[in-house]
Amino acid sequence: MRTRLRMEWFEARWKSGALAPRRDVLKDEGFSPWRPQGLKAGVSRFRNAALKGPLFHGASRVRLRIARFALTILPTGLVVFSFASFASAQVTSERLVNSAKEPQNWMTYSGDYSGKRFSGLDQISVINAHSMVPKWVYQTGATGKLETSPLVVDGVLYATAQDDRAYALDARTGRPIWMYQRQLPGDIRPCCGRVNRGMAILGDKVFLGTLDAHVIALDAKTGNVIWDVAAADYRTGNSFTVAPLAIKNLVVIGISGGEYGVRGFIDAYDADTGARKWRFYTVPGPGEPGHDTWEGDSWKVGGAPAWNTGTYDPSTNQIFWPTGNPSPSNRGAGRAGDNLYSNSLLALDADSGKLKWYFQFTKHDEHDWDATQVPVMVDAGDKKLIAQADRNGFYYVMDRTTGKLISATPYGKTTWSDAKDAEGRPIANKNASPTLEGHTVCPGALGTTNFMAPTYDPQTGLFYVTARDQCDIFSTAPQPYEPGHAFYGSAYFPSEEARPYLGFLKAINPTTGEIKQTFQHTSPTWSGVLSTAGGLVFSGDAEGNFIAFDAKSLKPLWHFQMGGAVYAAPMAYAIDGKELVAIAAGSALYAFGLP
Amino acid sequence: MLRQWLVCLTAFFLMAVAVQAADQRNPLAGNPKAAKAGEYEFRINCALCHGLGAKGGGRGPDLTRAVKKHTHNDAEMFQVISNGIPGTAMPANGTNGQGVGMTDEEIWQIITYIRSQEVKAPAKPVGNAVHGKELFYGDANCSLCHMVQGKGGRLGPELTGVGASRTREAIIDSVRNPSRRLAWGLTEATKEFPQEYESVTAVTADGKQIKGVTLNEDSFTVQVMDTSEQIHLLEKNKLKSFEKTRESAMPKYNADTLSDKDLDDIVAFLVSVGAKLGAK
Repeated sequence: MRTRLRMEWFEARWKSGALAPRRDVLKDEGFSPWRPQGLKAGVSRFRNAALKGPLFHGASRVRLRIARFALTILPTGLVVFSFASFASAQVTSERLVNSAKEPQNWMTYSGDYSGKRFSGLDQISVINAHSMVPKWVYQTGATGKLETSPLVVDGVLYATAQDDRAYALDARTGRPIWMYQRQLPGDIRPCCGRVNRGMAILGDKVFLGTLDAHVIALDAKTGNVIWDVAAADYRTGNSFTVAPLAIKNLVVIGISGGEYGVRGFIDAYDADTGARKWRFYTVPGPGEPGHDTWEGDSWKVGGAPAWNTGTYDPSTNQIFWPTGNPSPSNRGAGRAGDNLYSNSLLALDADSGKLKWYFQFTKHDEHDWDATQVPVMVDAGDKKLIAQADRNGFYYVMDRTTGKLISATPYGKTTWSDAKDAEGRPIANKNASPTLEGHTVCPGALGTTNFMAPTYDPQTGLFYVTARDQCDIFSTAPQPYEPGHAFYGSAYFPSEEARPYLGFLKAINPTTGEIKQTFQHTSPTWSGVLSTAGGLVFSGDAEGNFIAFDAKSLKPLWHFQMGGAVYAAPMAYAIDGKELVAIAAGSALYAFGLP
Repeated sequence: MLRQWLVCLTAFFLMAVAVQAADQRNPLAGNPKAAKAGEYEFRINCALCHGLGAKGGGRGPDLTRAVKKHTHNDAEMFQVISNGIPGTAMPANGTNGQGVGMTDEEIWQIITYIRSQEVKAPAKPVGNAVHGKELFYGDANCSLCHMVQGKGGRLGPELTGVGASRTREAIIDSVRNPSRRLAWGLTEATKEFPQEYESVTAVTADGKQIKGVTLNEDSFTVQVMDTSEQIHLLEKNKLKSFEKTRESAMPKYNADTLSDKDLDDIVAFLVSVGAKLGAK
């Protein structure tokens, strides 16, 4: 069916002359979501390749040969077939920059470089969302938390699961094309579950960070390993759980291990070879600016991991990447100082990894409040802003050209701060520090939000985030560092006195931090949030429901019981002119659409 | 001949495996340094439910007792920590989302620490279990809502194992202040928090009022057991009204209704039932 449609479409286009050899086809025509855009992009490239021969940028000899062969027998079904695979093989960095032009695809963790997690698809809308049905389910068989945020490129869906499983599925049916699972050593040290949140795609490769702290490139067509590099020693607690971000020809990725006293870093690898192009240590070494914010040798085991996917502004070539807690998380004694660049938002030059600016949300953190939330770019008039709903309970708005704080507003229950410094940053009060016996602080260690992806809907102009009100009893005790051993400096416990623990979906004015709408879940959820051009917001809950909300009112319009809690973020794509919304729950991946 | 040989070989192999499992001893037993390291691990991984000092946190059992419900030796304790206890809130190592996964060495350290914290049972047991049993099934009315060993009501939590899995203090507190910490009910495989015994009042479209406790709930549905033990499976959008409170359906037993001595007897009964579960 698909092949026939494509053939007819192609023949019509060919006869009409629409497939003239122009490099700018995609740009000129704008986007219509119900046309197979990915194919069109492939066609224009293919035509260029065939006509310009060796001058065609980035074309391999093999590809050229295929292209020439295809041209000679035009227009036949065989040619169309080779187009389909050809098109899916080339995710250029230009396509990633211009992702809004092809909303049928979802090519980065957040769907675009700005971190919006907004889909331009509007077929499923406030009018018809009530009639949504499941289209397919893919069972991974993996146990634990399924945190994957899939990618979709030209009809193929790429997802991951626990223990570094990776899949390519037919995005129309959920049927697997290939599967990869890493042979992990028995003594890996992942914190908080053997999880993975997704892959990056560039060219004809997908990229996976592994629990044994390797970065690997897989052939997008076969799942074969193309390259495999060790980033750090997993035996000392380094691991990757984050979805990498492909920028230009680089694969950018941040380490996990704040619970083991790693020295955090953000790396960039050459997408073709796996050669490391730069590394930014999130804990400065001797002689580097910020080193004096660590007491003695504490910087060596200072943590500040970088385990959630950042964002990228192509206009300034800056990467915005957030960092996590200083180690040990519950004990400040022994690491006196601000502990830069823990719990910070870093602006790095994409080519060099050089620090442009930083903003530290929680100085000298003692509550495990990793600032590893997706930093979302918001443009308000001529103001270029970046917003982060932080784990510490405040919603921060910053100028993304300078890192200057504009506002910090609580969006959940907070008891740790009742004053701000000269810059407007909330600062901890005297009673916030953990004690030996433990005492209650809000939010708890899991935060007002955590890694769950937020969304910014440019249509409603609202920022949506999953939030919880839960306070914890924080205790602290001296603990020596031992390589590869958990390094918390004691522990935290949900405070029974602060029950019930509440979970919310909150809609926030992105520039002021004012809460505009709230939906209360039955219990706290770990689901991310998606907004779409259909006037909808999608999220899941701990009870296993996937819910479509009216983006304006946050009134639920539709829900489906998936039978397992949600720890993942939804995304949307289109195939055959039909919009689908995908989300992981329990140990399965679900896709929903209209009947 | 060959077959006999094979049978022999298989038997030998199985024996070797069995010997190895039974022989799994704590290599760190009695090592004070290991016990100290185990204390750090315990705080991170176990204290959430078992309390600081392993004395029981009101959720998990008091591990300072020498007799434990699920484990009788170090090898079994190692298995329980590694794999969890199916059907209970005890998770497998590394899966509770709170701490991190432990190495074998760290698990042995924790076991060493727990052994170092164990206290001998008090010389004279508190309370009269025989009288406690009479009260439980009689004047104190506990069995109207609670079941022990197959006898009793269904509205409240089943209590056969409570004497083994809760501290005396936690049981007494939940009798004196039942609303302070609502009991946990259903624990779902992937859900973060167990369902609590909340009280609900629902009015159906035809005006029928249902009062009871929550068996489970989500944003769109609720499963309720009413005071006559009928189960109601309700869709919230079809109800006229739905209210829930954290005021426990269990009446608050103060010292006027139930003397300290009688309560001690009831706890002694529950502990004696729990102890039988732990005995091998």
